[in-house]
Amino acid sequence: MLTSQTTVDETDARVLTPGYGATTERALGKVTVRTVKVSSDVDWVAVMRRIRDDKDTEAFSALFRHYGPRMKAFLMRSGASETVAEECTQDAMATVWRKAHLFDPSRASVATWLFTIARNRRIDVLRRQRRPEPEDLPWGPEAEPDQEDVVSLQQETARLAEAIKELPEKQRKLIEAAYFGDLSHTEISAKTGLPLGTIKSRIRLALDRLRHAMR
Amino acid sequence: MSDIRHHLTDELLMAYSAGTLPEAFSLLIATHISMCDECRAALESCDAVGGAMLEDCTAADLSDESLRATLALIAADVMSEPEDRRFERVDHAVPAPLRDYIGGGLESVKWRPIGGGVSQAVLATEAGATARLLKIPGGTAVPDHGHRGTEMTLVIKGAFRDEFDRFARGDVEVANESHHHTPVAEEGEDCICLTATDAPLRFRGLIPRIAQPFLGI
Repeated sequence: MLTSQTTVDETDARVLTPGYGATTERALGKVTVRTVKVSSDVDWVAVMRRIRDDKDTEAFSALFRHYGPRMKAFLMRSGASETVAEECTQDAMATVWRKAHLFDPSRASVATWLFTIARNRRIDVLRRQRRPEPEDLPWGPEAEPDQEDVVSLQQETARLAEAIKELPEKQRKLIEAAYFGDLSHTEISAKTGLPLGTIKSRIRLALDRLRHAMR
Repeated sequence: MSDIRHHLTDELLMAYSAGTLPEAFSLLIATHISMCDECRAALESCDAVGGAMLEDCTAADLSDESLRATLALIAADVMSEPEDRRFERVDHAVPAPLRDYIGGGLESVKWRPIGGGVSQAVLATEAGATARLLKIPGGTAVPDHGHRGTEMTLVIKGAFRDEFDRFARGDVEVANESHHHTPVAEEGEDCICLTATDAPLRFRGLIPRIAQPFLGI
């Protein structure tokens, strides 16, 4: 049913964690709730394409079953009651369907994009505030991103997730506190040692290409 | 676009990505990012950290009932056309997020004089921080002021200089408590800035300090 990202993932896994048994785990087809390797076995970008292009409810259900429970947990950790978290998750996932055409895999992983939608919903509902968002970039169907750019960005995102896990406990806790809304803006320090440079350059390139395509 | 020389700090970008900033600051940041691909890329890389947090959350219980409810929401939504603001974009002097708060372009701003030729318009945001537009005629100075909290200034039109540097359209200046500055608009056109403050400004002269509560600065 769901395409596995075989070549990319396996190469990637070897580069990241030599000798780590991610491949074996995949071969056994073992389903773990919390995968050690962040880029999960499912090609979520392909799932998003099916949602966008084919209005595929089966693909949507797969996305919902994987990310819905995480989104709910994320919202609860951000201070929502279980009921509110569940309602927000439903709203946010409906937004995912509605805005599927705005998802750009050369700039964000599916998890990243879902995070932004859940975060905005959290601000609306929990903080009862408007969330001013940057102007959308115009994005026509002719500007389908280059597959290589997509793969690079997705790999880079997986590497970032790995790097976060390898941070010293104290630093990781700080980042979690920032993203779960436990720190005020003045308490946030960006000196976290997060390797964001490469991701940023890749996104920057993707934006340049977009601007160029618009002309 | 590439002329922007003064960008957002990593701390502010991360706080905006995490969603913890007061609305007034978020407005300024969203407006800057609308004009600056460099900061848009930096923000989206911070969002990737949030994505990793989401991916790493231990799954909560979510029943198939919830999936059915969501599919019902989607089905109810199909009647209305998908949200798509892509083709509405015109090259406005005022980026979309700021337009939303003004309720139009700069011509719709209701300016109120605050003395010395300078005018302001406070934009409606939640309490805790204030967003305002300042209009400074060419060659005019904004009274010397310090800050109890953080003040961000984003140039929308024209340019100003202070003791530190020159700031033109799209540039951001972030000032804190120890930062006393006197912005002076460059000769020529009016300089229009969006500012966000999380504490009242503190003017050094006596008269402005007395006038402060009345002016709402």
